[in-house]
Amino acid sequence: MDEKNNKNSIIRLFNVSKRYNGKLALKDVTLDIEQGEFIFISGPSGAGKSTLLKVLYLAEKVSEGQILIDGMNLARISSSRLPFLRRRFGMVFQDFKLIPNRTVYENVALVLEAAGEKPSYIRKKVMHVLRTTGMEKKAKALPPTLSGGEQQRVAVARAVVGEPSIILADEPTGSLDSKSAQMVLDFLMEYHKKGATVLVASHNLHLLESNVRGRNIEIKDGIIERTATML
Amino acid sequence: MTPFFKKALADIRSNRFLNVITIFTISLSILVVSVFLMFFENASRIIESWNQGGRAMIYLTDEFSLDMLPEIKARINALGDIDEMVYISKEQAFDRLKKDMSSQSAFLKTLKDNPLPDALEIRMKFHNSYEEVQRFAGQIKALEVVEDVEYGQGWLGKFLRIFNLFKITGYAMCSMFFLIALFITSNTVRLAFYSRKLEVEIMRLVGASENFIKAPFYMEGLLQGFFGGLLGMVVLLIMYLTISSGITQTLASYIYVDIRFLSVKMILIIILGSTFLGWFGCYLSLRQILK
Repeated sequence: MDEKNNKNSIIRLFNVSKRYNGKLALKDVTLDIEQGEFIFISGPSGAGKSTLLKVLYLAEKVSEGQILIDGMNLARISSSRLPFLRRRFGMVFQDFKLIPNRTVYENVALVLEAAGEKPSYIRKKVMHVLRTTGMEKKAKALPPTLSGGEQQRVAVARAVVGEPSIILADEPTGSLDSKSAQMVLDFLMEYHKKGATVLVASHNLHLLESNVRGRNIEIKDGIIERTATML
Repeated sequence: MTPFFKKALADIRSNRFLNVITIFTISLSILVVSVFLMFFENASRIIESWNQGGRAMIYLTDEFSLDMLPEIKARINALGDIDEMVYISKEQAFDRLKKDMSSQSAFLKTLKDNPLPDALEIRMKFHNSYEEVQRFAGQIKALEVVEDVEYGQGWLGKFLRIFNLFKITGYAMCSMFFLIALFITSNTVRLAFYSRKLEVEIMRLVGASENFIKAPFYMEGLLQGFFGGLLGMVVLLIMYLTISSGITQTLASYIYVDIRFLSVKMILIIILGSTFLGWFGCYLSLRQILK
């Protein structure tokens, strides 16, 4: 790794391994992701794509190795500092992870409320993001009343409302029809264009290949098999 | 604070059944505790009034003569604040006795001599406690021409000992109900937490701090405690208004009973205590869950 690359790296993994009950989900992964990159993590189910994302936002701790996020060593982050780290990420999940008894507006606003933003700023920002994602009219709706595509748009809105420097998306199009999947991908690309580093884990290689310009990291059995640039 | 308050109210609304049960349980415990406290407040007051409003009878020895009266009065007055002091001669006392025993006055006619002693009836300015009266009576009894001092020490003393025993039992029961309420509140918070496990997980994932996550639960606990206490007081007031008039009417022909509701200070203490109970139950529960 040369000096120039080190300077621009926002995420760095050094020999990272993750074991579940003795079984390796990630094996000796070393990776360098530059600021503003669009990373596509592909591979079959159970390859370790989700685990790779989980160790980045500390939903799981690594068994071995080290991870640096913007120079911060995740192994040294105290539990009290963890929320501050997570606020740097915007996360999109396959199962959306929306709070069912809170409205669309409240779900999106939660990120800014947790960050201690002022109510007037929250109102302005949330409505802006909902407008961008086409969910403005559904602001008062509860997530269970929305379609899968709409719920994922809300999840994307929540992921980007805090203007995170890194967006992690775990199978964001997995349970969506092709139209909704395309829409979600467009939003992610839009925020990528604004400077965010985006990591998308998906097995839907075809959809991404035809849309995304970035780097494809192919994982199999917890090992990085191949890295290729998609044009 | 306001967003947490609004959130807590919204959570109470969305988990209406669970919260109503908790508030009802707290109010029930508070009601039991308040009934005891009200009983003790009233009983203490009534006992004080039975304590003759600080009245005492000083029986004088046979050596007493009327010319000694000014000196004795001065010495008794010097011992403490006396509101009123009336000399009752043995003849006056005998006449009173005759009046009181009018139906059996024939028996009194058989007496050769007046057996009653000269006496002084006093009323003390300060008679806040039985112990105070007891101490003062002891000082009077030490005077040489004083035979005895009667201030209801026999039956009142015994009654007070029983009452104190009852008070200890009451406090034990109050503590027990407090613990029950605490246990139920703590379990309700635990249930609420588990029912919102997904919400808590999502909050953590989007960068919410532990304090941000806990705050609505604490607020909910405080509100449950406050409303539980308030409801308990309202129920107690209704019970008081319904029952007290009945009791007063029934017992009016026998004794004068003035049953009063809890003092404002006590009401505030109970509501504050109940609010604290809600918070503390929440604290215990969250400390265990988020260990």
